[in-house]
Amino acid sequence: MAAVTTTGQKRSIGQIIKRLLLLDLIEGLFLTFKYNVRALYEPRDGGNPNQAIYTEQYPLERPRVSERFRGAPRLNLDPENGSTLCIACDLCALACPVDCIEVGSIRREVRDGEKVNKKKVLTTFIFDTSRCMFCNLCSEACPTDCLELTQSFELAVYHRSGFRWDREMLEKGINYVRYTK
Amino acid sequence: MQEEITKPRETLLDAEEMALNMGPQHPSTHGVLRVLLKLDGETVIDLDCDIGFLHRGVEKIAEQDTYAMITPYWDRLDYVAAVSGDLCYVEGVEKLLQVEVPRRAEYLRVILTELQRIASHLLWLGTHAIDIGAVTVLLYCFREREEILKIFEDFIGARLTAHAFRIGGLWWDVYPEFETRVRDFLKIIPDRITEYETLLNTNRIWLSRTVGIGVLPAEEAINLSLTGPVLRGSGVNYDVRKAQPYSAYADFDFEVPLGENGDTYDRYLIRMEEMRQSVRIIEQALDGLPEGPVMAKVPKVIKPPVGEIYHSIEAPKGELGVYLVSDGTGKPYRMRIRPPAYINLQSLKRMAIGHLVADVVAIIGTIDIVLGEVDR
Repeated sequence: MAAVTTTGQKRSIGQIIKRLLLLDLIEGLFLTFKYNVRALYEPRDGGNPNQAIYTEQYPLERPRVSERFRGAPRLNLDPENGSTLCIACDLCALACPVDCIEVGSIRREVRDGEKVNKKKVLTTFIFDTSRCMFCNLCSEACPTDCLELTQSFELAVYHRSGFRWDREMLEKGINYVRYTK
Repeated sequence: MQEEITKPRETLLDAEEMALNMGPQHPSTHGVLRVLLKLDGETVIDLDCDIGFLHRGVEKIAEQDTYAMITPYWDRLDYVAAVSGDLCYVEGVEKLLQVEVPRRAEYLRVILTELQRIASHLLWLGTHAIDIGAVTVLLYCFREREEILKIFEDFIGARLTAHAFRIGGLWWDVYPEFETRVRDFLKIIPDRITEYETLLNTNRIWLSRTVGIGVLPAEEAINLSLTGPVLRGSGVNYDVRKAQPYSAYADFDFEVPLGENGDTYDRYLIRMEEMRQSVRIIEQALDGLPEGPVMAKVPKVIKPPVGEIYHSIEAPKGELGVYLVSDGTGKPYRMRIRPPAYINLQSLKRMAIGHLVADVVAIIGTIDIVLGEVDR
């Protein structure tokens, strides 16, 4: 155990003068003043602990979210023709520990050039974000890089039914309110 | 001393025992723990813990889920040390599957779990100190913990419920700035730990609230099957990392700090020293980080052979173990969790009797419980 030596020491003259002139107080006030001056001209840099203003001005300023962050789900579209990448294989629904994904599909004849193939085609896709625990297992199971958890993190809604994301919402994403002032 | 206070002291006035409910909404019980106290004035004569408010039945859920699905549930047991929970389960399944994990993955796992140990101890120190009345430490601890959580977010994708490891290795390899970020953090943290100690070690209020409070002799600590810093505070040298080295821990050189008196102050000193040892381990792991893949070849559908295993690791709170029984199908027949916080909580009664009500708060803090793990 460490020895306690907080009392019983004699003060030197230097310490007494320091105390009389309130040097410690002035030092503290100077530090605050320095930060105030820096806050006037320094740009804000999200996440840097040495910046003058650390508080994130949230709705105006978007926080830094990492590349690997697991947030709102999205169904990716083929960049070439805009059709969905989903092949309705149901692997994401099987991988989900909380059963929050429902994949609806029908078997349909699809014309591919001259051949006509019978293929599973995606009709509906329901993702229940109120049950999702963002573990990324669905996205890892996806064979076509279609389902992905994105960096978008604002999932709050006014009504419970808003937690059920349908296919359109998953493909387009949510329209957020952008604050400008 | 105990025999003396089992009866109310006789005074001129009527001395009556009083029952007092502490929790489940009490801020110092670290969650939804209800402690039923039997008091004589301010002295605790007897107490009883009421747990189960956070019971979710994880062990039963595991019987319906495939092996890969269970990993995220382990984040939610001890949610302040989610990475350690993942390590325990994932290594258990690998043992059952007899899969050799790549060296690089093992080293990265060690780095992440040791960072998690520091984060968990920082949260413990902050909340323990604020329970006793030192508010400043909490803010300082959260400042450093934030750095660790940012490293986690960039590496794993989540800050708290990490889902860090997959069966067979890791999903992600390191990101480009990972090593410099961790090294920067390792540079500052030893000084910061010293800073906390300057706030607490010579603080008279801290000393009078912790020294001699909740003394637990070594023999009783063993009989209560305690593990972790609570056991080592009583001077028993048992650390799973040394006793049964798992992952890559055999490669690293570190010390196991031991206490002498077995009181709250000793357990505090041990956790501070453990953070320093974690820094040493991370430094060695970063220096010797091997090249190579981070994922072993594991079949997509995991079906371990029929058998059973027990695997335990040294989580920040003590020995965290998993007992898995496989019947050859894709889902475990039984998964039993050995939560350190649940077993360590049993020592609360032994430690708190004879102390004041305010000391019960200090003793709950020193055991370092997380109710997600106690109730499972």
